Amino acid sequence: MIKTINLTLKIWRQETSGAKGQLETYHASNISTDMSFLEMIDTINEQLTLDGKDPIAFDHDCREGICGMCGAVVNGRPHGPEKGTTLCQLHMRHFSDGDTVVVEPWRSRAFPVIKDLAVDRSAMDQIIQAGGYISVNTGGAPEANTIPIPQDTAEMAMDAAACIGCGACVASCPNASAMLFTGAKISHLALLPQGKPEAARRALAMVSKMDGLGFGNCTNERECEAECPKEISITNIARLNREFIKAGFFSSIM
Amino acid sequence: MQLDTKIPGGPLTEKWDRHRFELKLVNPANKRKFDVIVVGTGLAGGSASASLAELGYNVKTFCIQDSPRRAHSIAAQGGINAAKNYKNEGDSIWRLFYDTIKGGDFRAREANVYRLAQVSNNIIDQCVAQGVPFARDYGGLLANRSFGGAQVARTFYARGQTGQQLLLGAYSALMRQVADGQVTLFPRRELLDIVVVNGQARGIVARNLVTGEIETHSAHAVVLSTGGYGNIYFLSTNAMGCNVSAIFKAYKKGAGFANPCFTQIHPTCVPVHGTYQSKLTLMSESLRNDGRVWVPKNPGDKRPPRQIPESERDYYLERKYPSFGNLVPRDVASRNSKHQCDQGKGVGDTGLAVFLDFADAIKCDGKDLIEQKYGNLFSMYEKITAEDPYETPMMIYPAVHYTMGGLYVDYNLMSTIDGLFVLGEANFSDHGANRLGASALMQGLADGYFIIPYTIGGYLAGTPLSEINTSHQAFVDTALIAKERISKLLSVNGNRTVDYYHRKLGLIMWEYCGMTRNDHGLVTARKMIQELREEFWENVIVPGINLNFNQSLERAGRVADFLEFGELMIIDALARKESCGCHFNEAFQTEENEAKRDDDHFKYVATWEFKGDELEPVLHKEQLAFENVELTQRSYK
Ligand SMILES: Cc1cc2nc3c(=O)[nH]c(=O)nc-3n(C[C@H](O)[C@H](O)[C@H](O)COP(=O)(O)OP(=O)(O)OC[C@H]3O[C@@H](n4cnc5c(N)ncnc54)[C@H](O)[C@@H]3O)c2cc1C
Ligand code: SF4
Ligand code: FES
Repeated sequence: MIKTINLTLKIWRQETSGAKGQLETYHASNISTDMSFLEMIDTINEQLTLDGKDPIAFDHDCREGICGMCGAVVNGRPHGPEKGTTLCQLHMRHFSDGDTVVVEPWRSRAFPVIKDLAVDRSAMDQIIQAGGYISVNTGGAPEANTIPIPQDTAEMAMDAAACIGCGACVASCPNASAMLFTGAKISHLALLPQGKPEAARRALAMVSKMDGLGFGNCTNERECEAECPKEISITNIARLNREFIKAGFFSSIM
Repeated sequence: MQLDTKIPGGPLTEKWDRHRFELKLVNPANKRKFDVIVVGTGLAGGSASASLAELGYNVKTFCIQDSPRRAHSIAAQGGINAAKNYKNEGDSIWRLFYDTIKGGDFRAREANVYRLAQVSNNIIDQCVAQGVPFARDYGGLLANRSFGGAQVARTFYARGQTGQQLLLGAYSALMRQVADGQVTLFPRRELLDIVVVNGQARGIVARNLVTGEIETHSAHAVVLSTGGYGNIYFLSTNAMGCNVSAIFKAYKKGAGFANPCFTQIHPTCVPVHGTYQSKLTLMSESLRNDGRVWVPKNPGDKRPPRQIPESERDYYLERKYPSFGNLVPRDVASRNSKHQCDQGKGVGDTGLAVFLDFADAIKCDGKDLIEQKYGNLFSMYEKITAEDPYETPMMIYPAVHYTMGGLYVDYNLMSTIDGLFVLGEANFSDHGANRLGASALMQGLADGYFIIPYTIGGYLAGTPLSEINTSHQAFVDTALIAKERISKLLSVNGNRTVDYYHRKLGLIMWEYCGMTRNDHGLVTARKMIQELREEFWENVIVPGINLNFNQSLERAGRVADFLEFGELMIIDALARKESCGCHFNEAFQTEENEAKRDDDHFKYVATWEFKGDELEPVLHKEQLAFENVELTQRSYK
């Protein structure tokens, strides 16, 4: 039956991008354990609003783990304690009565805070702009079944393509590297025959863009894989490296 | 307001070819002289932006989210239809056309639907070329499944993430154009109004959601692809940001609003479980391919499902519809769930749920196969409910899912305002009174990849457009009105939150303008909405300031629009004195409790013209001509 818990929350409040932020304490009582984490914040926000205070800003949209809009660091872990789960899918039954929960925004040089828990992740769009596509114009496509793709290959590509672009990998990485995100896109496209012609150019362009945007290097800490809500495998980073080396090797003839 | 469908002449199968030939072309060198604003980056807006930019137009693309990749299309699970006939089951363009017209209960336009079926195959080709990782058979060719009541397997899918993968395809094409400088991207922007100059849509007023600044942008044409308005019900399967505001503002500027009361309630969603709940989660309807829907035969039977013997279960869909069984269309399945719960046979704590049972499928096919097919859905269900569907039947209940209504568009997808085009869920065009599964993704991409690139050219090439920019008085005036409304919202300073009003409105709509409707309820609801709206403007509290990131203010604007728009839905529902598809007025049903159409009097698209805040909207009818299909009573027995 319905179970409720009481929590102490320490939540990062920061008025604007340039302002100084700090953790503020809130008490959440009678939180149903069937609530999602975001619904718990909704409840606090309703109360803050009625009390004439400014509610906590946080990004969210689909609330079912697919849009990649939500995310915060909960007790030191991006998207909270549950494996393979976005913040919007994290339910309060994973917390205990009396817990203190610290909630902070993604922290990375490439993701400036907009307000409270909301950050600017447009750098990830810029990485995709650098080459995260197959260059085909509308109308120029051949009949879909002309290129058979082995089922295993298609499934591997799909595993990589499942990335939701949330940025948790960056937030979890001690170097704030975006290698898992970038590797996932490079792998998705490089695995498919359609993506092969541009694979080398793509890998070079995306990696150099990533470096230019202030993301750090990968030193194999593997935190990203552990925290990724879609459980994107770190083998994608190995694949990125292979594509990158191949590309460097061929770049003289490109 | 004059409705002109602009449907080309000639036989149905040749109309689109003929029209493309007759449309004026913009000289390639001149395309760069035209600016096009696209609002929305879902499947419709994303594909349109990319395709228009590839042609050489200067495109400015807007969306609410921080990245175009997060539009609500991302959440679609099940799949996308196409008439490829890869399974050799006798599928064809004609069959897809016919199924869509019939599924829509004969309230859609033949010519548009036929074109949709025609381009469906190009969509799959395009998406595969972009690298969309569709599911494949062992031989490496594309896999198909049957979906949502179709008797042929024509649905293409990428696990349970089809919408995500299709959107990432369109997004990647869009990003390529951004990199080329053909598209300028404006994320975290919300459209507040359309700017109309000399009767032509020439720009928009938008709020920068980060800084709060009001911006104006001009163009030669404006494309709205802002999605559906299911969130008027507060609880729906839509993403939190889905809204009616963009198309409602266009309506108030003179765009006809068609069939606003046609809303689809999806039968398989996780039931409501608490008053704090913020949204409902869809469980893909592909589950009905293997799951069996049942309730206990005896009202009030609260035993755990596994303790209820076979003889005391009612597999009511299989019983009532022996040929379609659990695969009847959505509207039929939803109404039947409600009917069972109304009789006290609902299950779970609230009594507002039915079972969807996989025990037989697991027994027959093995747990592994079921896991392979539905693993991600089962684990999503378990995350939400903490129950294991492999062991105990799922509980499901209908939830608002999709809105067939939208802005009126002609064959060119242009609204009744010149130069204002409307794509995707935001228009009314292809699904009549009920949408078939896996056809919204198809329509969004058809509109964006394969229709607007031609029809907008025809408009731009054939229309004199004066040279204007955002210093034109119309921009200044429209921006001022938008600013005044924001100030007004911030200054009410009452003592109820925006969500309070949204929830209340949602309950009214659900109760009186949901799965079933009746005249008395609709009249009551209209009054309730008027009162609620009045109270909102006297007593809402919107914290914070304008010139900052202010999510309460964003929501307040959207809810204020819903509070007006709800009345239009009710007016439309009251005016349609028949039942059809998802619009089920209890006074009009067959002896078997199916929707009873009145083709003699209501075979039309109901298009509403705004006349002023205090005045009743005026109804304009587009009579639908069925020259190629015979109108029949839908039967799924
Ligand atoms: C859970 C779920 C599952 C579904 N599954 C399927 C399926 O399997 N198959 C199928 O065919 N269909 C499915 N549908 C339906 C389908 O996903 C949608 O109808 C379709 O994706 C809508 O696409 P769109 O491009 O029209 O709009 P959306 O994807 O909703 O995009 C709207 C865009 O407009 C922007 N926008 C909105 N308002 C404003 C504003 N005021 N100012 C600026 N920008 C604005 C948003 O930011 C967004 O970019 C599903 C729907 C849901 C809810
Ligand atoms: S790789 Fe994982 S953590 Fe990183 S953006 Fe993609 S889904 Fe998020
Ligand atoms: S809100 Fe979409 S992933 Fe969490």
